[in-house]
Amino acid sequence: MTLTDTINGAARRLPAWPIYIVGLIPAGGLFYLGLTGGLGPEPVKVLEHEYGLIALQLLLAGLVISPLRKYSKVNLLKFRRAIGVLSFIYVTLHLLVWLVLDVQIVSEIIKDIYKRPYITIGMVGFLVMLPLALTSNNWSVRKLGAATWRRLHQLTYVAVILGAAHFVMLSKGFQLEPLLYLAAALGLVALRVKWNRRPVPQNG
Amino acid sequence: MAGRWKNDLTYNDVTPEAVFLNRRQLIAGAAAAGVAGTIASPAMAEELVPNSFEDITNYCNFYEFGTGKDDPARYASALTTQPWSIEIDGMVDNPGTYSFEQVMDGMTVEERIYRFRCVEAWSMVVPWNGFELADLLEKVGVQSGAKYVAFETAYRPDEMRGVAFPVLDWPYREGLRLDEAMHPLTMVATGLYGKPMPNQNGAPIRLVVPWKYGFKSIKSIVRITLTDEEPFASWNQANPREYGFYSNVNPNVDHPRWSQATERVIGGGLFAKRQPTLMFNGYEDEVASLYEGMDLTTFI
Repeated sequence: MTLTDTINGAARRLPAWPIYIVGLIPAGGLFYLGLTGGLGPEPVKVLEHEYGLIALQLLLAGLVISPLRKYSKVNLLKFRRAIGVLSFIYVTLHLLVWLVLDVQIVSEIIKDIYKRPYITIGMVGFLVMLPLALTSNNWSVRKLGAATWRRLHQLTYVAVILGAAHFVMLSKGFQLEPLLYLAAALGLVALRVKWNRRPVPQNG
Repeated sequence: MAGRWKNDLTYNDVTPEAVFLNRRQLIAGAAAAGVAGTIASPAMAEELVPNSFEDITNYCNFYEFGTGKDDPARYASALTTQPWSIEIDGMVDNPGTYSFEQVMDGMTVEERIYRFRCVEAWSMVVPWNGFELADLLEKVGVQSGAKYVAFETAYRPDEMRGVAFPVLDWPYREGLRLDEAMHPLTMVATGLYGKPMPNQNGAPIRLVVPWKYGFKSIKSIVRITLTDEEPFASWNQANPREYGFYSNVNPNVDHPRWSQATERVIGGGLFAKRQPTLMFNGYEDEVASLYEGMDLTTFI
């Protein structure tokens, strides 16, 4: 039995629901650390950043699943919904920390959303993910039809690029980490693009 | 001549730490109950409670050691601060390489409790120890015609893990107009809380300009140059739209990516209220005259 078979066999036996429970542990854990001084002297920014980063990481993880199946035959498709929904939960927590604990002032929040491009982009990313989270259930798949549902969920590509761009834009100076996330997002989306296979004429 | 500026607070307000904790809880409690505002202003200086040594030394921006707020506390111990010398050159009567001891010779070390406002819209209150920059400049003799003072931070790839990546155009450099540099509020700090300057806060010697955003207060200085041209300033060079040469704290002029009208006070925990930012970080009476006739929305 190959490693792929072992993984696929294990994946078939394991249920998807524990992903939600395990996935929410960092949310609670970080909040608890923030309350008890474990996130340093300025817990709000750390919490905001960590929730946002986890959301982006989960979005990327969700986008790895179908190329993984295509190129290595490892099939983790049954966990994809849980990963996607968790990503939305973390984006929501990230937004809530920003609204309630960070900016706090309603007029400033509104001003920030339309005046600061990186916040505008972050908000659009959240709005793009909203219909995806709402339709992440079997009933919606049936209601919309598989083809329409799949088309709708291609918005994930938009969300991940917006999310990574948001990270790049909020960084001070020239930093490597956000650029690596953007490269990963662009790379995973590029894998979905059906490139024109016609041979390119060679020069000289 | 030291002592040009008189502190509102004395060192008795600083120690012992347990007392602050109590006072801070008291203030936090009052704010939570809506009994009293906690907005610091010069008139309410007794409410200017210094942050704990822990806060000040664990929440730092010192990109030479990494861009994370805890990176400096983690990695700055690699910096060799003894021996230390500062090259003082340009339009001065006595240029040369001054050892740390030679720099300190004749300087009067004072304690000053200053507000510290970062361009990232957070703030602290820090009890610094140091002397007035004007005293050092007088000692080396500023030549007529000098208009600016340029500063440079140490650049040591072997000791500074953060310089491996060009986050900024290293070495870190900053500058002041000569009248800003000579202002009695402008100090050269060599310690905080009565202890030698911790490495993560810019050991062994750094600038403190309390009415400007924190990045102007350059750390671990190895060079001071008097010049007649506006000097290179690292953040200003990286993004002139976001970081002006002056970078005076100004609640009315937003950073393009965030508002500067309010600030988050470090140490208040998850549910701390934002506090209004004061013009010139609360030092308006002392420094506004330096910028008379200048449009501060243009000269950011």
